[in-house]
Amino acid sequence: MTSAAPTALPVYISALSKYYGAFRAVDDVSFEIAAGEFLTLLGPSGSGKTTLLMMLAGFARPNAGSVRLGDREVIHLPPHKRDIGMVFQNYALFPHMSVGENIAYPLKLRSVGRAEREERVRRVLDLVQLSGYAERRITELSGGQRQRIALARAIVFEPRILLMDEPLSALDKQLRETMQIEIRRLHDRLGMTTISVTHDQREALTMSDRVAVFSRGRLAQVATPSDLYEKPANRFIADFIGESSFIPVRRTPEGLVYGDQLLRLADAGDGAQADPLLMLRPERLSIVRPGQVACDEKRNVFSGLAQSVVFQGESLLIEVRLDPGDVVLVRQSNRAGEAANRPGAGERVDLVLDRPDARIVSAEG
Amino acid sequence: MSLLQTAASDYRQPAATVAALRENAQALDRDRQRENGQLLRLSLPALAIVVILMVAPIGWLFSLSFVGADGGFSFENYTRIVTDGAYVSIFATTFQVAAVVTVLCLLLGYPVAYVLTILPDRFAQALMLAVLVPFWTSLLVRTYAWLVLLQRRGVVNDTLSMLGLIERPLPLVHNMAGVTIGMVHIMLPFLIMPLYASMKAIDGNLMRAAANLGSSPVHAFFRVFLPLSLPGLIAGAVMVFVMCLGFYITPALLGGGKVQMIAQRIEQSVSLFPTWGPAAALAVVLLVLTGGFLLLSWLIVRRFSRGE
Repeated sequence: MTSAAPTALPVYISALSKYYGAFRAVDDVSFEIAAGEFLTLLGPSGSGKTTLLMMLAGFARPNAGSVRLGDREVIHLPPHKRDIGMVFQNYALFPHMSVGENIAYPLKLRSVGRAEREERVRRVLDLVQLSGYAERRITELSGGQRQRIALARAIVFEPRILLMDEPLSALDKQLRETMQIEIRRLHDRLGMTTISVTHDQREALTMSDRVAVFSRGRLAQVATPSDLYEKPANRFIADFIGESSFIPVRRTPEGLVYGDQLLRLADAGDGAQADPLLMLRPERLSIVRPGQVACDEKRNVFSGLAQSVVFQGESLLIEVRLDPGDVVLVRQSNRAGEAANRPGAGERVDLVLDRPDARIVSAEG
Repeated sequence: MSLLQTAASDYRQPAATVAALRENAQALDRDRQRENGQLLRLSLPALAIVVILMVAPIGWLFSLSFVGADGGFSFENYTRIVTDGAYVSIFATTFQVAAVVTVLCLLLGYPVAYVLTILPDRFAQALMLAVLVPFWTSLLVRTYAWLVLLQRRGVVNDTLSMLGLIERPLPLVHNMAGVTIGMVHIMLPFLIMPLYASMKAIDGNLMRAAANLGSSPVHAFFRVFLPLSLPGLIAGAVMVFVMCLGFYITPALLGGGKVQMIAQRIEQSVSLFPTWGPAAALAVVLLVLTGGFLLLSWLIVRRFSRGE
């Protein structure tokens, strides 16, 4: 906020584990977060992402491992000595204090003088676009305003790391989308190392530099949003990030085969995975009339039977049973030009998958 | 009715005629009235009990307090209370005992309520039972139990002298100490229960947030937890204080006549004086003081919570 931006720190997590009896909530997790990076921990509930965040904040005691902020090991530090900002899921704003008192709370603890305190509260309120709200009671605020105040309180003391626990889960869809953009904008402006937890894949893709996907206590993949979407490490991730259909493929000396059809794949190296599956993103498939497009080096064409067509506003979701028997989803954008190719239920169709979109994932994971 | 007509004419195929809609409106109105009547009839027995057992006797007591020794109307019962120093000191003792007991209950009950809120459920239930079982036990039984424990050759004194900690038995009963110990024990649940309820309602993340922002556990307690538990604390303290003001059995038995509180004096007045007047006047004064105290605490709480 001041011209001297806080020095962002990298975070090193090594071999971090947390057990509840025999249950491994977080199981030997290691990764790094670069200084100033926005990383999101993504996973279904019970995947260990929140437990990991709690260990970073100091609220849960790990059984093993190391957490270093820069060159400082913090695993033994109590939460109040870690100097990490945090936005709580339900915001955890103090109901007996005004907005200004809530935001000034960490400043008072750091012996910031009254005049500077007021100045910094004013500035951070400007930053979250709630100027003039300092005197308000917490109970007078809407959900979105509380979210902003929680964020303001977490960053006003210029912590070197910012944690967010499902920061937008209590907001309605529209506000959530606005706030995603706004949080990202704030991050770009402040340059704080930020670690957010969410189960909402769209939120993770929208806000983050990189996303760490968790599954059953283990780190499944850490990658940029586009890599995660385009090159998921396995079926679990492909399923969790975006929509996908999977069809089983066979390994033959010529290459990977679906039915009796040789597949043209994006990556020549693909196919080394155990239990290979062809990942079909619904928006990457196009529907044509039978025989309209021929199979060649650049594309794969699958024949099948349209089973149902569901109108979803901006697009139509079409369910197609391929001749070998697998059912896949196809998304067709709702444009007049596309309507000519739109099948009715029960019609035969061909599906075209361009070679760069043909990706193999492993069923394991 | 214009609304009904538009509503009806707006539809191409009216599902109901204007007459039918009007009939429905009247029927709905009748239903509403019948429901109100049922609610009133349901609450009538309780209302009657309150009037017969509370309002009427208090009114009668109030009128009795103005009956002098000669049977005529007089203020003598009230002038006696104000002028006789003995009465003034009894009132002073009563308020003093109530205040001491309330403060001790706060000091002892707050940690118990706090532990109850942070314990895992199954331990909390066991501890809650430890609070509730005495609460369910007869007041008289508990008071006599304290008599057995605290008397000259009681369990406490015997144990202490056996351990060689004291040479002579401590005077633990038939004095202020005995009254205080007994009353604190009996009043504790009344403090713990509302306090526990208000502590349980405090979001656990608030203390985490305080720690995250840099508060040590002690600082977080005083800045966040204590202020948020204050409504329950005040409710419990007011309840204990008010109940102490009218307490009879325990001070009478454990005080051994050396600690005089108002309730005892009222009982004595009934046998001491030929009429009910003096006792009634004392009761009225106690009632007014208690009411005044409740009003005062309500004003303080209201002002306090508005300040929030």
